[in-house]
Amino acid sequence: MSARFEVGQSVRIGDRTEPRHHRVPAYVKGREGIVVCLCHPQGLPEELAYRESGEPKQTIYRVRVSQPHLWSSYQGEAHDNLEIEIHESWLDPL
Amino acid sequence: MTHDHTTPHRHPNQPDHPEPSSSYELLGVALNELLIEKGIYSADELRTQIEEIESVNVDSHGAQIVAKAWLDEDFLTALRADAADAIRSLGIDPGYTEIMALENTPEVHNVVVCTLCSCYPRWLLGRPPAWYKSKAYRARVVREPRAVLAEFGNDIATDVQVRVHDSNAELRYVVIPLRPKGTEGWTQAQLARLVTRDSMIGVTQAKAATAS
Amino acid sequence: MTSGETPRIGPHDFAGLDAGPVDTSQHDLAQWERVVDAIIYLLGKKGVMKDVAEFRRHIEDLGPDVYERLSYYERWAASAAATCVEAGVVTREELDARAAEIAKRSEAS
Repeated sequence: MSARFEVGQSVRIGDRTEPRHHRVPAYVKGREGIVVCLCHPQGLPEELAYRESGEPKQTIYRVRVSQPHLWSSYQGEAHDNLEIEIHESWLDPL
Repeated sequence: MTHDHTTPHRHPNQPDHPEPSSSYELLGVALNELLIEKGIYSADELRTQIEEIESVNVDSHGAQIVAKAWLDEDFLTALRADAADAIRSLGIDPGYTEIMALENTPEVHNVVVCTLCSCYPRWLLGRPPAWYKSKAYRARVVREPRAVLAEFGNDIATDVQVRVHDSNAELRYVVIPLRPKGTEGWTQAQLARLVTRDSMIGVTQAKAATAS
Repeated sequence: MTSGETPRIGPHDFAGLDAGPVDTSQHDLAQWERVVDAIIYLLGKKGVMKDVAEFRRHIEDLGPDVYERLSYYERWAASAAATCVEAGVVTREELDARAAEIAKRSEAS
């Protein structure tokens, strides 16, 4: 499987409405981050949740997002961050 | 109090202790009876499944991984390369295709949440604690991790990065806490006693050596 | 940027919302909760549930009012039942009839 993104690349998490079950929570939609890891390919929850095949599997990326970028009122430290697993079809290059 | 697992359902639900039941509790019991009658699984298989779930605990599973990682540089290297494989080499079934070991360092403190449901490395730590599944934890730890960690008595120094991991797909995470000071020369069994479930979720540190 | 600009994806999507302190008290499972907990694994092993995403979706489909009102394993029970109905291994009518029967049984004893 060829992966579209590589470690260190800047990406934006998709900010689209998806009426079906999906696993991209609102708080990360549209946010920018950096790919820190490529993980085993997984089926697409948008299909698997409805007993469909979920194929083809997609590379999963762990994307690191800065906390102050996620929350304008972030009370912690500027260097704090968050990582989340995102399917390839939910990522765009920056 | 949220309307969650913390709702005090303490019904023993045994035939000799009938108590008023919620309609959803009845639904669960009805479903189980029907599935057994229809041969989807047997009563034996159900009992075995419950036993299998309850045979997993942090002392015999997760803590051994951490103690081994503290002691054995080769194991730590293997854990970084493929944690599921490395865990299997200890005779522990990781239960998932992909496990990620998150090493705490003097620079980074890791903490894990599943904001959308309750994904958790059950086959390494046992069933998740009620608070891990609670709305309060899931809502807050992503936005104010330092405040939530402080509620667990875990104040993170400002020069340490706090890194939250939202476990929203099929990976499972275990935190490798920092090895407590004063444990030089300790055996794996001694070290494992300092490793708690909460320290492997990342809300606390491992126990101090004096607590052993 | 703040949360709230993007619509929540369901009743389960509350990351970033305000909530009270984390209640760390232990919860011992009742027997029916242990059973419901195990059913999910058996449904996967037996192929009734093809993927855990089905189970998650049926929890989310409870809607915000029911989702908020139910306890954790009540949600699981509801979702396990919906998963099995969708998979065609039981019907709603069978479940309702059996639940009524169990309620009667426990009243009688």
